[in-house]
Amino acid sequence: MFARRTDLPLDKDALSRFLPWLIAFMIFLAALAQAGLIGLDDLARRWDRGMAATLTVQIPADPDANEASNARRLQNAMNMLSETQGVVSVSVISHDKVLELLSPWLGMVEAADVPLPRLIDVETDPALKVNAEALQQKLTQTIPGAQVDDHGVWLARLIDMVRTLELLAAAVLGLILLSVMATVMFATRTGLTVHAEAIEVLHLTGAHDRYIAKQFASRALALGLRGGLYGLGLAVPTLFALGHMAGRIQTGMLPEMALPVLGWLSLALLPALSAFVAGLTARITVMRNLRRML
Amino acid sequence: MDIDSSTPIARFENVGLRYGLGPEVLQDVTFVLKPGSYHFLVGPSGAGKSSLLKLMYLALRPSRGLVHLFGHDIATASRNALPALRRSIGVVFQDYRLLDHLSTFDNVALPLRVANVRESDVKRNVEELLAWVGLKDHMHARPPTLSGGQKQRVSIARAVISRPKLLMADEPTGNVDDRMGFRLMHLFEELNKLGTTIVVATHNEAMVQQLGHPVMRLADGALAVTPGSKGPSALGPGNLGPSNLKPGQIGSAV
Repeated sequence: MFARRTDLPLDKDALSRFLPWLIAFMIFLAALAQAGLIGLDDLARRWDRGMAATLTVQIPADPDANEASNARRLQNAMNMLSETQGVVSVSVISHDKVLELLSPWLGMVEAADVPLPRLIDVETDPALKVNAEALQQKLTQTIPGAQVDDHGVWLARLIDMVRTLELLAAAVLGLILLSVMATVMFATRTGLTVHAEAIEVLHLTGAHDRYIAKQFASRALALGLRGGLYGLGLAVPTLFALGHMAGRIQTGMLPEMALPVLGWLSLALLPALSAFVAGLTARITVMRNLRRML
Repeated sequence: MDIDSSTPIARFENVGLRYGLGPEVLQDVTFVLKPGSYHFLVGPSGAGKSSLLKLMYLALRPSRGLVHLFGHDIATASRNALPALRRSIGVVFQDYRLLDHLSTFDNVALPLRVANVRESDVKRNVEELLAWVGLKDHMHARPPTLSGGQKQRVSIARAVISRPKLLMADEPTGNVDDRMGFRLMHLFEELNKLGTTIVVATHNEAMVQQLGHPVMRLADGALAVTPGSKGPSALGPGNLGPSNLKPGQIGSAV
C-alpha cells in the first residue's frame, strides 16, 4: 500500500512494524466507543419517540366488589379513554400477562388468589400530546384509585443516563485520538533522530522541510490507514457478537439495539480518520522539529 | 537564482566560528570567490578546513562576521531561502555521505528530486552522468557494495548533477590512488571551464603545485590566500586545454 520510493529508509524502522498495531488497538477501542455512542444516541431517540406515545392506566381491583362490578369499572375506563382525543388504541393487558410480569416478585400465583389491578395499555398520537394529568383527574372522578402513568419521569432519568454515557463515549473517542497523535508524534521524533544524518544530506542537497515532512507524513498515513483497518477488522466481529447477544435478551421494553446503517458507515470512516490524523501529526512534528535545524 | 557575473559566489568578512563555548576554530576569515574561480584549500589537520567548507555549504552559520553566498547575507536569510541557495552548491563530502539504502541511481538523483525535477528528466540526466563517470553498470548497486573509488564517483556525480554554481570537495583524493586522484581533478578542471566555481580542500601538496590554482591556506583558524601560478598542467594540454582564465582574475583575497 502506498508503495513508493522514499529517500529515507522509514520502512525499516522498528516503529514502522509496531505503529500499525498500536494504532489498531486504539482504533479498536475507538470503534467500540463510537458504536456505543451511536447505539446509545439511537436508543435514546427511539425511547423518546416510542415511550412518549404510550400511557399505562391502572385500575385497582376493589376486593369487596364482585367480578361483574370490577369488569364494569374497567369497561367504563376503556370507554372514557377511547373517547379522549389523541388516543389511538386502547387494550387491556390480560390477567395472565399481568401475572407473568409480577411473577419475579410474587412467584407463580393464581389470578384468583390476589386482587390484581387491571392494566390498560393506551397508545396515543405523539402529535396530539395527550395530557396525562387531565386524564388522571377525569378518570378518578368516576373510578377512584385509577392511575395514569406516562413513564415521563422514569424515561427522563433513563434518557439523562444515556446522554451521560454518550458524553463519556465521546470523551473516550477524543482521548483515543489524542493517544494516536501522541504515539505518532513519538514515533516520528524517533525517526527524525534515527535518520538525522540522511535528513542532513537531504537538507544540504536543497530539500525543503516540507519535502522531508512529506516522506514522514505519507509513511505515517499508510501506517495509520493500515492500523485503522486492522482495528476495524477486530471491532466489526466484536460488535456483531455484541449485537447478537443483545438480540437474544431482547424484551418488549428495550427497543432494538442494532447499529443503524449510518453507524456502520461512520465506523468505516475510522481508518481514514486514523490515517489522516497520523499523517497530519507526522507532518506537523517534522516541520516543528526541522525548524530548529539550519 | 539569478546572479549577475560580477556578484561574488562567496564573500566572507571577518568570519569567526566557534562550536558551543569552545575556542574559535576560525578567526577573522576574509575572502572572495569570484564566479569561475578555482581554489585549493590547504592546511594541517584540525586547521578548520572542514569548518570553513561547512560555512560555505550552509551546514553552519558563522558565530560572527558576514557570510554572503550568491549575494545573499546568510545571517539574515530566512530558512525558507536556504534550499534555493543550497541547490546552487554541490558538495563532495570527505566521507561521501551517500545514503546506503538508496541505489547509485537514486543517490545521484537526490538533488534533482528534491528540486522536483520531472522523473523523465531525472532518469535521462542521471543515466547520462553515471555513464560519464563509468558507473552505468552499477546503477542499481547500493553504496555498501561499491569500492571506495566508486563511492567517490557517486558522490561527485551527486554533487554535480544539478549543475551547481559552486562546487566544493573535501579531500576528494584522500581515499583513491594517484591515478584516480588526477582523473577526478581533471573532472573538476572540466567543470571549472564550464563556469563552475570550485573549492577543493586537500592535503595533496604535489597536486596543488602541479595544477597551480590559487591557494587558501588555513593555519590555526586564520586564512591566507596566495595567487595561483597556473603553469603548465600536469594533466597535459591534451587533457585540459587552454584555460580561458588568467591567473590574476581567478580569484583574489581582499
